[in-house]
Amino acid sequence: MMASNYNAKEEDGHQPAAIGHGGAGTVKNKKPDNTAFKQQRLPAWQPILTAGTVLPAFFVIGLIFIPIGIGLFVTSNNIKELEIDYTGVDMSSPCYNCSQSYSWNSTKPCTCSVPFSLDQPFESNVFMYYGLSNFYQNHRRYVKSRDDSQLNGDKASLKSPSKECEPYRTSDEKPIAPCGAIANSLFNDTLELYYIDPNGSRTAIPLVKKGIAWWTDKHVKFRNPGGNDNLTVVFQGTSKPVNWRKSVYELDPSDPDNNGFINEDFIVWMRTAALPTFRKLYRIIHKKPNMTPTLPLGQYILEVTYNYPVRSFEGRKRMILSTMSWMGGKNPFLGIAYITVGSVCFFLGIVLLIIHHKYGNRNHSADIPS
Amino acid sequence: MYSLERPVQGRSSCSKDRLGRKRRTVVSSLTEDEELTEILKSYSSNKVTTTKYSFLSFIPKNLFEQLHRFANIYFIFLAALNFVPVVNAFQPEISIIPILLVLAVTAVKDLWEDYRKHKSDKFINGLVCEIYSRKQQMYVDQRWQDVHVGDFVRLSCNEIIPADMLLLYSSDPHGVCYIETANLDGETNLKQRQVVRDLPRQGSELTPENFHSRIECENPNNDLSRFRGFMEYPSKARVGLHNNNLLLRSCTIRNTETVIGIVVYAGHETKAMKNNNGPRYKRSKLERRLNVDVLWSVVLLVIMCLTAAIGHGLWLRNLKDTSFLIPDTTSPALSGFYLFWTMIIVLQVLIPISLYVSIEIVKLCQIFFIQNDVDFYNEYMDSRIQCRALNITEDLGQIQYVFSDKTGTLTENKMVFRRCTIAGVEYPHEENGEKSKYIFFLHNTTFSIREHGGATRRQASSRTATSAFVQGGAGGALPEPCKMTSSRPQMCMCLLKRSETDSMRLNCLSSPLFLLRDASMELTYIVDFFMALAICNTVVVSSPNQPRHVSRTPLKSLEDIKMLFQRFGLPRFSTLSSPHTTESPRSFTRRLFSRGKAASFTPRLDGVPGEDGDQGGLENSNGGEGPPSEPRADELIYEAESPDEAALVHAARAYRCTLQGRSLERLLVELPGMGSLAVRLLHILPFDSSRKRMSVVVRHPLTNQVVVYTKGADSVIMDLAESPKGAEQSDGRQGHIREQTQKHLDNYAREGLRTLCIAKKVQTSTEYEIWLKRHAFAETSIENREELLLESAQRLETNLTLLGATGIVDRLQEEVPETIEALQRAGVKVWVLTGDKQETAINIACACKLLRTTDQLLTANCDSKEACKALLLELRAEVERGEAAEGTSGFTLVVDGRTLDFALQEDLKGDFLELSRRCRAVVCCRSTPLQKSHVVQLVRDQLRVMTLAIGDGANDVSMIQVADVGIGISGQEGMQAVMSSDFAISRFKHLRKLLLVHGHWCYTRLANMILYFFYKNVMYVNLLFWYQFFCGFSGSVMTNSWVLIFFNLLFTSAPPLLYGILDKDVSADTLIKLPELYKSGQNSKAYLPSTFWLTMLDALYQSLVCFFIPYFAYAGSDADMLSFGSPINASALLIILLHQVIESRTLTWLHVLVLVGSALFYFSFTLVFSVVCVTCSPPTNPLGVDKLQMSQPLFYGVCALTTVLALLPRYTHQQYISPSDTLKAALMDQLNPDNYCRRMQHWNQTQAQSKARGLIINVEDLDIKIPDFILPKELKECRAATGSVLS
Repeated sequence: MMASNYNAKEEDGHQPAAIGHGGAGTVKNKKPDNTAFKQQRLPAWQPILTAGTVLPAFFVIGLIFIPIGIGLFVTSNNIKELEIDYTGVDMSSPCYNCSQSYSWNSTKPCTCSVPFSLDQPFESNVFMYYGLSNFYQNHRRYVKSRDDSQLNGDKASLKSPSKECEPYRTSDEKPIAPCGAIANSLFNDTLELYYIDPNGSRTAIPLVKKGIAWWTDKHVKFRNPGGNDNLTVVFQGTSKPVNWRKSVYELDPSDPDNNGFINEDFIVWMRTAALPTFRKLYRIIHKKPNMTPTLPLGQYILEVTYNYPVRSFEGRKRMILSTMSWMGGKNPFLGIAYITVGSVCFFLGIVLLIIHHKYGNRNHSADIPS
Repeated sequence: MYSLERPVQGRSSCSKDRLGRKRRTVVSSLTEDEELTEILKSYSSNKVTTTKYSFLSFIPKNLFEQLHRFANIYFIFLAALNFVPVVNAFQPEISIIPILLVLAVTAVKDLWEDYRKHKSDKFINGLVCEIYSRKQQMYVDQRWQDVHVGDFVRLSCNEIIPADMLLLYSSDPHGVCYIETANLDGETNLKQRQVVRDLPRQGSELTPENFHSRIECENPNNDLSRFRGFMEYPSKARVGLHNNNLLLRSCTIRNTETVIGIVVYAGHETKAMKNNNGPRYKRSKLERRLNVDVLWSVVLLVIMCLTAAIGHGLWLRNLKDTSFLIPDTTSPALSGFYLFWTMIIVLQVLIPISLYVSIEIVKLCQIFFIQNDVDFYNEYMDSRIQCRALNITEDLGQIQYVFSDKTGTLTENKMVFRRCTIAGVEYPHEENGEKSKYIFFLHNTTFSIREHGGATRRQASSRTATSAFVQGGAGGALPEPCKMTSSRPQMCMCLLKRSETDSMRLNCLSSPLFLLRDASMELTYIVDFFMALAICNTVVVSSPNQPRHVSRTPLKSLEDIKMLFQRFGLPRFSTLSSPHTTESPRSFTRRLFSRGKAASFTPRLDGVPGEDGDQGGLENSNGGEGPPSEPRADELIYEAESPDEAALVHAARAYRCTLQGRSLERLLVELPGMGSLAVRLLHILPFDSSRKRMSVVVRHPLTNQVVVYTKGADSVIMDLAESPKGAEQSDGRQGHIREQTQKHLDNYAREGLRTLCIAKKVQTSTEYEIWLKRHAFAETSIENREELLLESAQRLETNLTLLGATGIVDRLQEEVPETIEALQRAGVKVWVLTGDKQETAINIACACKLLRTTDQLLTANCDSKEACKALLLELRAEVERGEAAEGTSGFTLVVDGRTLDFALQEDLKGDFLELSRRCRAVVCCRSTPLQKSHVVQLVRDQLRVMTLAIGDGANDVSMIQVADVGIGISGQEGMQAVMSSDFAISRFKHLRKLLLVHGHWCYTRLANMILYFFYKNVMYVNLLFWYQFFCGFSGSVMTNSWVLIFFNLLFTSAPPLLYGILDKDVSADTLIKLPELYKSGQNSKAYLPSTFWLTMLDALYQSLVCFFIPYFAYAGSDADMLSFGSPINASALLIILLHQVIESRTLTWLHVLVLVGSALFYFSFTLVFSVVCVTCSPPTNPLGVDKLQMSQPLFYGVCALTTVLALLPRYTHQQYISPSDTLKAALMDQLNPDNYCRRMQHWNQTQAQSKARGLIINVEDLDIKIPDFILPKELKECRAATGSVLS
């Protein structure tokens, strides 16, 4: 703003002259340097904004935010989402029976099927989530209760897990793999989707269980100890988490690339949710190559192998089917917020403009206080 | 001290305990006596270590010292807490980082300071001096650190004294040597030291082997002016030792070829080291305010933690069988209790600990800028401002009362002999006055020339000064002195005028018809008068190129003198009858001294030709080696204790009555036409403040009579000269002289001159003998010697014959009126506390515009407490009447010392304060140093205001120390004031920029930075707090712990620092032009409690926005903790940085660099961290989180919305709701020069009007309103325009 830069240079130029003027060419050695920095005359922009600069800012914010908000809102509305609560709290609910017998270690699986219908077809890829409520995965002690090096395939940690895993560190004097409370409480319901044809036959919908975890988690953060050869051997001498029905190397025996620590369901679970009500990606239903929708409208059945007890802490379990947009899942909040903020700015701009016009003239000539 | 205890204890069993507990014994180190050698060894050596730490002790000792700070204790407590498993919030190692960082920064700072000390210690210890070595039987070079008590040290001229030593030998035939104590107290005059009395005189140098005396003296102490002890010769005869036998460490030997001394105190026991105190520590007002708010933060922290703890307890109790939780048997209450501590760790940032470190750094930088301000540079002294107190810069911006000394502070304290009255006839002395100014300026710079072998740097610098002076005189554009004369306020002019008329009148009175028939009588008066000026002093004479010595010239015969007197008899008569009065004294002097050879010095100072008569004499004293002036044989340099003395000697010299040399017994005076005369000096009765006079007793070289010349305060001398015993005629004449002199003295005082009376007394030899006896008794007595000496002096100084009086002008410093004007406009009350007479004080107050013509003057002089009380009440009533009525612009109270004494008493001080509070200015005259400090203390404590005291002399020290901010002026009167001050400046005018600009800046900067720190911490910590509501109050954080710790420490620490160092709310020009802006600092506007809470509220709002927008955006989604925290952190960073942009008033490229740098640093750190950190930092493993987040549009959408919404209120508020004065001034800064100038006038007018509303419109005020200082060119023009409009 101020071109004090030139001043400084000019004065610097003067300095030798002053010395010469002083006589025998001696330098006055205590004289401070007359530089813009030392004299605090650095050229500066002063961000004091007058009406002239503030008002446009308000309008610009308004003009940018409102369209973004509308865009976000429309995008969010185009996302199709379906949520089914299968906790079985009500007597009428199909899973009521299963929910009554809650135990981590019941041997015989309890299954229930929840029918539902789609009013609209889901066009693109459909993501299938399970959702839990009132489940504090972000509890401090819960969050801490894991051993990242063990999960990273460190053999030493496999044999002696971190102390943070207590009390799920050892069982039967054998180290638990994977140790800790998070792993111990792994979500173990199995969800399957069937499309009921109008003719009454059930078609299983292909659920892809790979690609649900983050790439970095799957390939960097989680690793089976000693490569992936024979997991049974590798995990020998360890014991399974107390709540688990099978060992970690039996999570997906069919696919060695999805077994052990790098089982994607396990990885997804291990990424602790931020809030007590959360969803986690369970399966993906890929778009079919032909023109038919991924999930046509009609009747469906959700087959649940009901293992996971949530009623004890008044939790809820849900199954969510959702499509995705560039902004992620369905959430109208952000769009609305953008529109609101944009409008507020616009409105403020108008109010200030009026104020400025009414009092501006007086302001201009005499904004000096009494 | 302990060093003495040791030998005493060690020898306690020894029966021959000659050591008293309070003495030390020193013998020659060459002694054979083992016991004595043992004692000598027990004294500390001369090695000096001022460092706090040694190589090994640094870490433990520094740690220990740092742990004394509360802040660090808190940090360590937190770090330790984190190691307790039940409450730990982060990994233990992370929580150590902050404390380690703080400790490391402080340690590095300490280490650096200590290293510098170490280097200087090493240098000093390595200096070389000559010590007598027994082995080699000669003096050998030794390092200072190897000097021990009892060693014999030989020093030559210009060497620095390595330790406190007793002077045993001096090459001077009179056994004296001169030292310069500049290193000790900054006084540059020479002080005389004397060889121990009755030492066997040796023709050659003292031989240490033959020295077998024993010295007993006091224990080491820090009293520079006292040294007591005695020396016992082998013959058991004892000689008393005094301060003038002691050569103090770090003084310099001057004017003496060789001295030898025996070391009595070495190293840390020397008086110089004992006086060496560290920098001062004061707590600023802002800091006290800050501490209150830190306590509020603690309260806030406790509330938040309690909330979380209770919440956690309740949450746990309501929780039923928690399959996912870790089975736990602790009760909810206990868990809540544990959680309380966890939360304290998590929310620790709320207590802005790093703030204290930041404040220290910022203050250091502020001081750097103050010290580097080129406006505070004094070219002639080559000095800049010294900041001695490092931590009260912001107090400069809050001053409400300024207490100023007069002499040397408002005035130059460069005394210029201006007028004198001799035998009732007044002689103005204008041209000398004008020129002496240069002399004194030169006197300051050239004093170092006298030693030739001295440091070349000093020589060079003085040469510069001299030649600069010459150029300036030759009509070149010499900046300072020429400006000084040309811009001198009208006072000088009016002095000139007045003196003309006065002397005209006076000359009429003293026409030849009057009593002064005898011309030779008057001439005697004149010669006596100048003789007294020349010799009645303690001035030390030195000449640059010859060692000081006194040549004994034979006395002239009486005939010569008679001839001389006759020769001058006639011209005097003719001048008296001359109608042109100003001409008369000048021509008289010219004629009187026309026998003196005109100087060969050519450059003209004032360009008035034909003044060689008294000019030559003056120029001699230049003593410069500047090219134009040939070095002359009689170049003399006077070293005076007080500037008055120097002025008088120089004045006498200007009239060719030159003091050429001084020794203990003899004075060499050159009288006009008589050449050099040796005057035998019999006694000097030195000046003391109770007698207020000094005398010399000499044997007059012409008459051979014993003559007493007395010089002193007029009141005293006039009283003493009261009863002349002489003949009727002379009585009448004396009476007339007294009358006239008194008249002149009154005039002088009115003109603001300092007056001194000169008197003499001729003693008959019998009278003298009688007096001498009693005086000798007084001198030799041991008990109450001082009293006896005083009495003796008083006995001598009676029945004096008044010779005349001198008027010495003490010029106002440049820009004093403007500065006082500006300070008053800034709402600062200026009090002047001076020891001067009331008339002089009022006069100076008028001259410096403290007192305006429209002001009503209230004088308070009374003799008793009752009268004082009545007077105070009466004056108050008067003020109240005056306030009600219109017509006065203000009141000025003038109090004299006695009244002040009463007014400061417990029961009257309330009244006094009430009265003085209503006055615009207060002048206290005739006040003692103690009174000065009492006044400051009273105002500071009772009115609870910020006070600043400024002074230059030793008598201001107590006042400077009492005030909140003490400012010393490094001037003529030594360095005591500077040593005790917080800031030392060289001119009073610097106060204006120091307060109005730097004070304002420092205050606003620091206040804003502190507020910003609080804001930043509260804003960020609240984010973590809100999260607790969604994680069962379990103390979880949604951020990686490294990022969390670094957020405060690294990502957002540099911008506020820069903000505190560089922010400029209003430009320096505007601040100086509109002193009213200073009021914002006085009223602590930038940092009121309301501002604090408003900031807190804003922080709360911002944190709510910053947390809940991401919350709603991510609610119910599959976001994990860190993914949720990532946009929160990013937007918090943006908000915090942009908040600063909104708050700051200047953005330079540095700001941009730091702001952008901080943001980039954060983003790159998190990105790199999220890629690199695979298993590090459990449990909050950031792998992939930020990388993924930053690739999603949602992240940016959230950040943008959050940032805008969070900053919206502050943005609007800043621009529209509260436009303060400062903001308006800042807006003015942005205008182009034209508008700026118009606006400035408008402002000044409205200010004047608003003042007029309460009082009256003061036309003069309007005129003054535009302060005088260097304006840009266009502004100057516009000023001229306004001037014409106004007129």
